[in-house]
Amino acid sequence: MPSDLIHKFMRIDHLPHIWCAGCGNGIIMRDVAVALQELIDDPDCRVSREKTVIVSGIGCSSRAAGYMDFNSIHTTHGRAIAFATGIKFARPDLEVIVLTGDGDCSAIGGNHLIHAARRNIGLTVIAFNNDIYGMTGGQYSPTTPTGDVATTAPYGNIDRPFDIAQLAAGAGASFTARGSAYHARETIELIKQGILHRGFSLVDVYSACPTYYGRKNHKGGAVEMLTWQRDNMVPASRYYAMSEEKRRDKILVGILTHNDFPEYTQQYAQLLERAREGK
Amino acid sequence: MAGKKKLVLDPSWCKGCGICVAFCPKQALELAEEKVRLKPDGQCVLCGQCELRCPDYAIWLEDLEE
Ligand SMILES: Cc1ncc(C[n+]2csc(CCOP(=O)(O)OP(=O)(O)O)c2C)c(N)n1
Ligand code: SF4
Ligand code: SF4
Ligand code: SF4
Ligand SMILES: [Mg+2]
Repeated sequence: MPSDLIHKFMRIDHLPHIWCAGCGNGIIMRDVAVALQELIDDPDCRVSREKTVIVSGIGCSSRAAGYMDFNSIHTTHGRAIAFATGIKFARPDLEVIVLTGDGDCSAIGGNHLIHAARRNIGLTVIAFNNDIYGMTGGQYSPTTPTGDVATTAPYGNIDRPFDIAQLAAGAGASFTARGSAYHARETIELIKQGILHRGFSLVDVYSACPTYYGRKNHKGGAVEMLTWQRDNMVPASRYYAMSEEKRRDKILVGILTHNDFPEYTQQYAQLLERAREGK
Repeated sequence: MAGKKKLVLDPSWCKGCGICVAFCPKQALELAEEKVRLKPDGQCVLCGQCELRCPDYAIWLEDLEE
């Protein structure tokens, strides 16, 4: 019998999950469950279990939608945000949460990501970003750092990587943030804020794929990869207390952008109202 | 006030990744045959760091029955 949290919010007959030992996905999936539990348990908060939908695409990370005991839909590769857009458009009263991978949301699904961000539709996208296509055996993804090896880049990747949070911010997302598997407590807070935010929210969470990324790139197993996150990623409270020079080679764990742009389904409802009134 | 807690382990769910062992601030945990266990002299302070980062939900804090 696992903890109350897991018992309550996961389909425990499907656990232990199929992810490899030390895969960051298990940590991030728990972060999502804790964030939802804390919001659902807060009587002043609008979030309820009945009105929450979890949407995923295809990938190791996207299996999370199958493990989480919510209204959930496991869709096709790259199209999670497209399905989520349809759900939110039909039922703006639902909290629609997308669990996706770096490949799912920034390679095949990159177009859906930027346009959902541009429209500022009220989805919460949690990217489980492991810098690789885990499920299919370690091909490089749009976030694989330059120079790293992958099965499709055996001599080193010559591409420059995307920063998914900055990509979404540049496309117009009104809430963007970055978390990590190591920084679980901070990431839970960021996910909560992302869900509460009314417009498009994206939380780019650095995961860890020891099997196809860490070990192949001499970055070690799970412990070494999380140690790297601890030493190179800095929570906002400490980050902004550092000198600019010290910040330069550190990665912020925290909010990148937070704006109050109009939300798409609300804009649409207003448009319908105007059209009905013949204005 | 939150009630008293206890540490619970389920080795049957543990995949032996070593994350909880590495980040326990008290070095209270160890792996034996790729499964987690509390060291015989382990001084757990119930901080919850292991539960926060175990990818397999094999270690957690639970309320002590009153
Ligand atoms: C249309 C289509 N193209 C390709 C695939 C094969 N495919 C499955 S998962 C995947 C990449 C997954 O990468 P990512 O989204 O980063 O997830 P991860 O496994 O790393 O968590 C690919 C290319 C597919 N299932 N469908
Ligand atoms: S291949 Fe990588 S991403 Fe997939 S389960 Fe294993 S460690 Fe996780
Ligand atoms: S609760 Fe804290 S002190 Fe106790 S085993 Fe877990 S990490 Fe170590
Ligand atoms: S973190 Fe979890 S799976 Fe990994 S060794 Fe500890 S108890 Fe086992
Ligand atoms: Mg990936």
